[in-house]
Parts: sequence; C-alpha cells; structure tokens
Amino acid sequence: MPNLKDLKNRIESVKNTRKITKAMQMVAAAKLRRAQEAAESGRPYAERFNAVLGGLAAASTGGDSAPKLLAGSGSDQVHLLVVMTAERGLCGGFNSSIVKMARAKAADLLAHGKTVKILTVGKKGREQMKREYGDRMIGHVDLSGVRNVGYDNAQAVAHDLLHRFNEGEFDVATIFYNRFESVITQVPTAKQVIPASFDAPEEGASASTVYDYEPSEEGILETLLPSGVATQVFSALLENAASEQGARMAAMDNATRNAGEMIEKLTIQFNRSRQAVITNELIEIISGAEAL
Amino acid sequence: MADTMQFDLVSPERSLASLQATAVQLPGADGDMTAMPNHAPTITTLRPGIVRVEAPEGNAEFAVTGGFAEVTAAGTSVLAERAVPVSEMTQELLDGFVSDAAAASENATAENLDELAKRTVDIAAMASELGLTVKA
Repeated sequence: MPNLKDLKNRIESVKNTRKITKAMQMVAAAKLRRAQEAAESGRPYAERFNAVLGGLAAASTGGDSAPKLLAGSGSDQVHLLVVMTAERGLCGGFNSSIVKMARAKAADLLAHGKTVKILTVGKKGREQMKREYGDRMIGHVDLSGVRNVGYDNAQAVAHDLLHRFNEGEFDVATIFYNRFESVITQVPTAKQVIPASFDAPEEGASASTVYDYEPSEEGILETLLPSGVATQVFSALLENAASEQGARMAAMDNATRNAGEMIEKLTIQFNRSRQAVITNELIEIISGAEAL
Repeated sequence: MADTMQFDLVSPERSLASLQATAVQLPGADGDMTAMPNHAPTITTLRPGIVRVEAPEGNAEFAVTGGFAEVTAAGTSVLAERAVPVSEMTQELLDGFVSDAAAASENATAENLDELAKRTVDIAAMASELGLTVKA
C-alpha cells in the first residue's frame, strides 16, 4: 500500500492536471465559437461558387474542349492524397480518424496497383503518415504559425496543387479532412478536388436559366476552376478548424471528468490509509499500556 | 418593373453586403457593365476594380481584386476573391494586392503572362481611381 505522502502528492498532481484540462476545454470552447462563425460565414461563398461552377461544368462536360482540371489528365494512375490535420494534438481522435481514412484509401489504391503520393497539411498528419508512407510523401504545408486560417492559406495550398498537377506529378487529387457536424460529431471526409467533381445541381434551380457568358463560357470555366480548387481547400480548412476545436473540447471535457473521478478514488484511498495508520497507532499504544 | 433587386457581395471569408439595390456597376473582364433589375441573366468574370452599388438607402463602393458576378433578373451576386469597402481601403491593403499580383507574375507561364500583366495594370487603374498610388 502506498504511503500517505505518496497518495497526497498523487492527488495534488491529478488536481493540477484537472486544472489544465479544464482550462484547455474552455479555451477550445471559445475558439470553437470563432471557428464555427468563420466556417458559417464562408459557406455562402462556397455554395454559390459550386452552384455556378457546377452548372458550367455540366454544360461543358463531354465537349472535347473541356479543360484538363475538369476532364482530368486522361489517366488515373497517380493519386495524390492531401491529408489535412491539425497542428496540435490533445484533441481526441481528430487527427487519427483522418489519418486512418487516408491510410485505408492509400492501402486500397496500392492494392489496385496505383501510385500513391501524399501531401500533408498540418504537423500531426505528417508525423502519423510518415511512419507508414514516409517514402511517398512529396510535401508538407506548415500552418503552425497561422492563428486563423485565411483564404490566403487555402490559395497557397491550391497553387501548390495546381502547379504539381500542371507538371504532371499526379492525375487525381483527393483531400481528407473532418467535416464539422456538431460539437461532438466530426465526420472524416474524402473529397476529390482534381479533376473537379460537383454535386449535381438542384433540379430546376439553375437549369431553367440560360446565362449570357462574358467573356465566354470556356474562358470563365478556365478562370474559375483554379479558384474552385482554392475554395474547396478553404472550406475544408475551415471545417477542419471548427472540428479540431470541437474534438478538443469534447476530449478535454472527458479528461476533466476522468480526473475528477480519479481524485475521488484517491481521496477515499487516502482517507482509508490515514484511518488505518491511526488505528494502528492506537492499537500499539493500548497494547503497550496493557503489557505494563 | 421592379425598382430594386437583391445585391449580394461575398468573399470567401465573409459576406460583405446583402441589400436591395437599384443598380450595380461591375468591373467586368471585358469592360464595365451596369446591372439593373430585370437584367438578362449573365455570368461574367471580374477584373480588379471597383463595384459601385446604388441603393435607396445610400450608395456603396467596394474594391475587388477579381472573381465573378452572377446577374439575374431578380438580383446580382458578386463572388469576389478579395473585397474591401472603399472607405476601408488603405495604402497597405493596396500594397498587399500589388505584391500578390507581382508574386503571381513571377511564376507566370507564357500563356497567362498577358493576363497577369493586365491584372497589374488593372490594379494600378483602380488605385488611381481611389486616389492612392502604386509604388514602383
């Protein structure tokens, strides 16, 4: 049985841990609100953009003149997996669930004889992917110095992707991120960004309107597709940021509760031990007195 | 004929304006155009320039660096890459736009060199309209 001093130290240390996790939870809650607002205010743009682009893309698919970004490079041999994770840990299964999904996808592609390349955004994903696929990693985007992700960051990632695509480094790019469902649920999501894929436009919403295009339909499509990649990366970054804070908040809430339970248990043990020591001492005194 | 139409200006990061407008002047890639209620449905890309909104409750002006606009009979939506209300436009922001354009020009390919050069010129034109200067 551990002695009283040890128990006391232990309780003190768990109490400190609880203070830290509690503080982290509160910080995450504050950040979550901001991240959620950012994600929500970014949504109208992404939705509009995709609606317009989707309409344009649907109109031009099948034509020989469809841009490479839409039609693909004509092969699907080399896949690029863009694994977007957080820069920090201590957020429950947030990073692992993305990495797990990306790993499964990579294993699947490799089994089908495809070539897999990996680009990571966020430190945690790089660390985890390195173990298994270190030789396939072609790059890393560091966002550790960025406090609030902006469109600039997304554009930088998108530029990198487009540059690599134009150089013929890969044929298909898929981004992996966590979609923010609610504070307690984040859904790991894979989304193909190159060649661009769109959700089918809603029936009758835009199909009925025939637009005039300035300069030309193809011209617009060509200018918009690269921005489309940036927009999708950006919304993934925003969703990820909100998910990360949500996951951290939940994880820290759990940790705080566990620490509380542990403190209770340890306190009971401490009190019992103390009582045992007192009883022991009494017995010693009494039996000593009786012996006289 | 409806007197006003819905005008929305959104950038990737936030929505800047959503109001009823009587006319919107857009810096289209092929030239300026003014959208009024019941305009024919049009989608146009934008060059760096100034979006002017005429609304019953007052006019508004926004500097945009590009993007596109969707005009329908019922309203106009501008999806700008970056947009700043003209009143908040500063020399620093302009310098940011210029350096972004310059950075883009550096890794220009033969194909989009003209386009990027035009972009720089457009930003300079926008700057002079705003009374700011582009540093060489």
